[in-house]
Amino acid sequence: MSVENSQDVWIYAEQRDGHLHSVALELLGAGRKLADDLGQKLVAVLLGHNLKPLTKELIAHGADKVFYLDSPAFAKFADEPYAQALTDLARAHKPAIILGGATAVGRSFIPRVAANLQTGMTADCTALAIDPEKKVLLGTRPAYGGNIMATIVCAEKRPQMATVRHKVMKALERNEARQGEVIEQQMAEKDLTWRAKVINTVKEVEETCNLAEADIIVTGGRGIGSKENFQLVRDLAAAIGGAVGASRAVVDAGWVPYSHQVGQTGKTVCPKIYFALGVSGAIQHLAGMQSSDIIIAVNSNPDAEIFKVATYGIVGDVNEVVPELIQHFRNRG
Amino acid sequence: MHIVVLIKQVVATTNVKLDPQTGTMIRDGVESILNPFDEYAVEEALRIKEKLGGKVTVLTMGPPQAKEIIRKAIGMGVDEGILLSDRALAGSDTWATSYTLAQALRKIGDYGLILTGKQAVDGDTAQVGPEIAACLDLPMIAWVRKIEEVSPEKIRAERLMEDGYDVLESPLPALLSVVKEINEPRLESLKGKMRAKKYEPQTWTVADLPGFDLAQVGLKGSPTRVVKTFTPQRQYHSEMIGGSPKEAASALYKKVVDLNIIH
Ligand SMILES: Cc1cc2nc3c(=O)[nH]c(=O)nc-3n(C[C@H](O)[C@H](O)[C@H](O)COP(=O)(O)OP(=O)(O)OC[C@H]3O[C@@H](n4cnc5c(N)ncnc54)[C@H](O)[C@@H]3O)c2cc1C
Ligand SMILES: Nc1ncnc2c1ncn2[C@@H]1O[C@H](COP(=O)(O)O)[C@@H](O)[C@H]1O
Repeated sequence: MSVENSQDVWIYAEQRDGHLHSVALELLGAGRKLADDLGQKLVAVLLGHNLKPLTKELIAHGADKVFYLDSPAFAKFADEPYAQALTDLARAHKPAIILGGATAVGRSFIPRVAANLQTGMTADCTALAIDPEKKVLLGTRPAYGGNIMATIVCAEKRPQMATVRHKVMKALERNEARQGEVIEQQMAEKDLTWRAKVINTVKEVEETCNLAEADIIVTGGRGIGSKENFQLVRDLAAAIGGAVGASRAVVDAGWVPYSHQVGQTGKTVCPKIYFALGVSGAIQHLAGMQSSDIIIAVNSNPDAEIFKVATYGIVGDVNEVVPELIQHFRNRG
Repeated sequence: MHIVVLIKQVVATTNVKLDPQTGTMIRDGVESILNPFDEYAVEEALRIKEKLGGKVTVLTMGPPQAKEIIRKAIGMGVDEGILLSDRALAGSDTWATSYTLAQALRKIGDYGLILTGKQAVDGDTAQVGPEIAACLDLPMIAWVRKIEEVSPEKIRAERLMEDGYDVLESPLPALLSVVKEINEPRLESLKGKMRAKKYEPQTWTVADLPGFDLAQVGLKGSPTRVVKTFTPQRQYHSEMIGGSPKEAASALYKKVVDLNIIH
């Protein structure tokens, strides 16, 4: 698509099981600023089934316009119908920018849309801006496991596409007075290509809290000592309402399942508070958690790398410090 | 079944640094490895072959020294390797890379399953798999943590999501990207190492790819461009809390409560 006749900033409003993902609201916050800088509209694209009420939420959080595509095929996330719908919509309306969340869903199907449109795409951005002169999107992202930051542009192809890391952008205050237009379209299943199909969805309920969404994470590393002793980490997490994280060393040792691993080859998290207990702070671990707001480290080695990124640090034995902490939080009433 | 695994040579990320003067990557003494996620993809392909028979081919696009990772895969037990290498491809972004690999896969033609890693640990983009699936109009299952069932006609696999996993079923051919949880890669066998030592992979240039559009690739054909690189500068104000474990825990508790985040 050509640069001249494309306009507006689109965000893909991710939903799972009919609930808006918080990254959708964050994208509206970030997208609002980009659209205002360009003097263009902010448009949300919602794919789902029987989700009309969510369109109001999107407008209340900053969208000028919502495309709501309703189909039974959108009830569960599948790459092909989702990519086909977003591709067709983009071909018809020629947005300048399309943003999605850098989530399991967004990182799976949005690159497919970019390839369909033969345009460029920047993954997992942590900062977005409009170049004041050239009016192009500047997407900044970590690479090489967070060792290097790179700013990327897509100057000549449209739309300019990017996924954006969860919990980095700020959502706007919800405002019911905001006005916006909703354009609804029904799509039959037979109009969509559909080969890889979801036949079952399983929620992993062990320590229910979802790491990527959690505001508080308590992570244990090899310094916790043993599988049995990992209960300390679970207990602190339970006492403060946090999710349980783990370093790769702990996952490799079989103390906790891989779904808890934080880091370059695990999950990228950005909670308000991150406890690192007996974690050395290897670069690959830092890559997954260093943008947390507050980092608290407990480690017996005063030279541990983790202290370099910690907001608060205690040099000490987790077996002595952590039970005390648990007591304090339990006693709070 | 013919399984094609896409593998990439990457620099080991632990020691990547930018030259503060020039802003370019310091490559001296930096070791190159097979992208760790692609190793899981190779292992999974070998396991499927053990079950269904057929052939495993690894395909990589990169400079001539990327032969090293093909040899590693041969050592693990794959049948053949193809190196796609051409100066015209230098500077390719994910679109250009995906377009090129898709053209190479078209030439291979008889694939039943294409496996990729979740992401390459250099760029960490995770875009090449989905983009190839788009170019070849193939069904895709991303973030596969387990293949539950596979036959020459179809596959059932678990896709890792933030809150659990989805089970998907797809006809073949299809493209799957795999995560670490899927398996424990085998070491290179002695026999494999012997074969790898003498193994010369097929080497293709873009001239070997029918209908190849040079305008899509290289620095010129890539829609995206890196305009700036820098070392992340985050100011960490570390405060160490001293005293006995009891005192330190109590002081930390007060600080945490004062943040007003825990309810
Ligand atoms: C390609 C690649 C990808 C990787 N991806 C990841 C990833 O995604 N996530 C990840 O975490 N790692 C990853 N790693 C591994 C990483 O390099 C480290 O090996 C790992 O993070 C170390 O885990 P750890 O901190 O738990 O263990 P260790 O490094 O062994 O550290 C244990 C720490 O506990 C402290 N300690 C010991 N006893 C006590 C005690 N009683 N009280 C308090 N402290 C104590 C020690 O001082 C030490 O600092 C990756 C590595 C590679 C090569
Ligand atoms: N140059 C390449 N040659 C072969 N496979 C590649 C190449 N680049 C990426 N891939 C494959 O695509 C996956 C995702 O890579 P990326 O999108 O770069 O993070 C990798 O794990 C590889 O399986």
